[in-house]
Amino acid sequence: MNTHESAIASVPPVRQPARGRKKRGLTQKIGFAALAACMAANIFFLGAIIFFIGLKGLGAINWAFLTQAPRDAMTAGGVAPAIVGTLYLTLGAIMFALPLGVASAVYLTEYSPKGWIVNLLRVSVNNLAGVPSVVFGLFGLTVFVKYMGFGVSIISGSLTLGILALPVIISASQEALVAVPQSIREASLALGATQWETIRKVVLPAALPGILTGVILSVGRVAGETAPILFTAAAFYVKGYPDSPFSEVMALPYHIYALMTEGTHPEEQTRIAYGSSLILLALVLSVSMIAIFIRQRQRKTYHA
Amino acid sequence: MNRKKERLIKYLFTTLAFASLAFLIGIVLVLFKEALPIFAKVGPKAFLLGESWYPTAEPPEFGILPLILASLWVTAGALVICVPLGVGSALYLHELAGPRQRAVLKPVIEILASVPSIVYGFFGMVILAPWLQDTFELPIGLCVLTTSIILGVMATPTVASIAEDALSYVPRSFREASFAVGADRWQTLTKVIIPAAGSGISTAIILGMSRAIGETMTVLMVAGGSAVIPSSIFDPVRPMTAAIAAEMGEAPVGSEHYNALFAIALILFLITFVFNIAAELISRRFRLKLGLSR
Amino acid sequence: MHDTMVDYEKQMGLENFHPSLVKGPVGINMNSLGEADLFGSEPKIDARGVNFYYGSKKALNNINLGFLPRRVTAIIGPSGCGKSTFIRLLNRMHELVPGTRLEGEILLDGLDITGPACDAAELRKRVGMVFQKPNPFPKTIFENVAYGLEVNGVTDKELIRGKVIDSLKKAALWGEVKDRLKDSALGLSGGQQQRLCIARCLAVEPEVILFDEPCASLDPISTGKIEELILELKKEYTIIIVTHNMQQAARVSDRTAFFLMGELIEEGRTERIFKAPRDKRTEDYITGRFG
Repeated sequence: MNTHESAIASVPPVRQPARGRKKRGLTQKIGFAALAACMAANIFFLGAIIFFIGLKGLGAINWAFLTQAPRDAMTAGGVAPAIVGTLYLTLGAIMFALPLGVASAVYLTEYSPKGWIVNLLRVSVNNLAGVPSVVFGLFGLTVFVKYMGFGVSIISGSLTLGILALPVIISASQEALVAVPQSIREASLALGATQWETIRKVVLPAALPGILTGVILSVGRVAGETAPILFTAAAFYVKGYPDSPFSEVMALPYHIYALMTEGTHPEEQTRIAYGSSLILLALVLSVSMIAIFIRQRQRKTYHA
Repeated sequence: MNRKKERLIKYLFTTLAFASLAFLIGIVLVLFKEALPIFAKVGPKAFLLGESWYPTAEPPEFGILPLILASLWVTAGALVICVPLGVGSALYLHELAGPRQRAVLKPVIEILASVPSIVYGFFGMVILAPWLQDTFELPIGLCVLTTSIILGVMATPTVASIAEDALSYVPRSFREASFAVGADRWQTLTKVIIPAAGSGISTAIILGMSRAIGETMTVLMVAGGSAVIPSSIFDPVRPMTAAIAAEMGEAPVGSEHYNALFAIALILFLITFVFNIAAELISRRFRLKLGLSR
Repeated sequence: MHDTMVDYEKQMGLENFHPSLVKGPVGINMNSLGEADLFGSEPKIDARGVNFYYGSKKALNNINLGFLPRRVTAIIGPSGCGKSTFIRLLNRMHELVPGTRLEGEILLDGLDITGPACDAAELRKRVGMVFQKPNPFPKTIFENVAYGLEVNGVTDKELIRGKVIDSLKKAALWGEVKDRLKDSALGLSGGQQQRLCIARCLAVEPEVILFDEPCASLDPISTGKIEELILELKKEYTIIIVTHNMQQAARVSDRTAFFLMGELIEEGRTERIFKAPRDKRTEDYITGRFG
């Protein structure tokens, strides 16, 4: 026993002085608490937005609010035409961006030779994703509204929103395609399938859930955008429902903006804006949650 | 027959894939074409550095310095919020959260990112601005401070998720090596992991900045709209995006005012373009440094 | 193209008269080794003067090697010797890797398959492949086997069903999966997945089957089943199997080729190669002195 202790004592261990260690532990505690506070701030923000908008928004929403058109100079009635308009615009944008986005992703992952073309295209997709939304609005105004003569219309707005959604769909689809193991491409080719058959029958089906996630995410993004439709599609008030792709529409996000900045009855309009915001928020958040849910389920099946 | 079809399909996909590039080039062309007349008329220097923005006065004045400064002020203010909060959240997720917490917290961040900007703007207008005005007895609630807070909150999830990605690329071996020489978790984090992920984190910050400066609806509703050079964070301002969105509806097509708004959009586009390219270059170097190909 | 042929003929000439001048060893297509096995049959696949490059790096050097019909030929050699690279040339799977270059000729039934005149998809229908890791599609068991028929334009449902059952039987998998053809193939065990991949390959009715280390990721029992299957299949097909497992080569193959550092060192009847290798390097490898 004794001999052991003396042996240990004779080789003093390299240690920091006790005070230093204590201080070290304290720094760590404070640091970690700060990080936790940062994370908590996110939850707080989300909670605050949902709480305040939900609290006052619920009071404004009833069946009539969802199904009627605005009445009495925007002080009463509902927002049904704006909901319908947002659905049209979103649908149009996805119909335009989906085939284009998936095709681009297929080219980038399946066909393109490595090298400068891929890099160029990848950089342009990333940059397109970073273009401010109001700039898309100006582009749509110049090209679709004026140059192509579509006027301020559903189709101009849809195309503008579609360009905005394009990079989202491309990146999500690319990620999904890259995740498809190379080995099953080889298996298909080795059976005498051509490249296109391989893509159509093996690669795309395997990547479908991932592509779907991207599409749903972009639906959420597109439905909530305002700036691109300011000059290309949206109107504060349109009588009745749109009857052609070339009509102006009301849209939920623009409706909120217009209610808060135009008109002469701020009190009443704010109440309706609360209701509209809650509808938009619920729409967009549920869409995102669906996308997140699909993705998490997909990840699980991949691991199994 | 078969091979002809294959080649045709390949050409089709190649053509479609160039759409993004075509749109990007289209945007640049449109902006330049519509913006050039105002530069020719006023001169780039007077346009960029002119201190008065009175586009509808007689005679009109087209100096966008107040708008540029407004954008810079609110973006800088947003960074003060989104950098610590975003990077802090990323570190928390990466370092402290267990798998169960992550399964909840990552969606929270993604959902926060998907809240539409109009809703942020509305929230800022009806909740935050009145509250700040009452609490700090401000003359006006719609000002640089309010805008910065809202933009900061909006950019936080962007910074957090990209920074978290960057952290996840840091090899485990770095951490193990640090523990092996007796460092605690905090030291490992600050001395090994953060430096290793440094350029990835700066990419996150740049992209957050890009998001904040290009944000339109929020600043349109919350910034107050006065086109004067700000002197304090309690002044109302009119950032570039807000000027475009607010005035485009009233500017007659082809007028000087119209051209001037496109010129603002061009400047804005160039700023975000530089940010995006910088982020791209930094993240490429980052991946190379860590030996990642993709 | 034409130039390489001329070169090749020159080489042939040289080779015939001055065997010592030939760098590469000589496979059976030179039919000079006098091993009883070769008389009376032409090689099904015949690689002549094959050089292969990844970028500027030469991976295969002057390979001359033929494969007899209804025989199993094993290709052995240490990791990185080029054996997997080589068999991927035989159905042009190497084209999936950009920046590669192939010189020389590879003949299938006497016709060159390396040129643009030969359609890769058509070739791969005749020369099937089974990979190192089982790679079933994320589809049902039935769909996996039917896939090759579909892409080859078979639409008759009854015919497809018959072929699928037939192929599963040939792959010795039918008994285990007949009640769950509609289940996902990903639910099968590794060994079952590999036999499914073999069935999928058989359904297309290839003439040659390439096995690229088919048992690399399997347990001994599954490995045994695959080996039995290979012995059964050689009655109908020309089989080439790459393996790093010498016992496996000895168990399943009729002929063995030994590769080392991108060169073919020696080829011959398996028994002879293992009992009386002619090259010192082959002997060293077989007796476990390196690799």
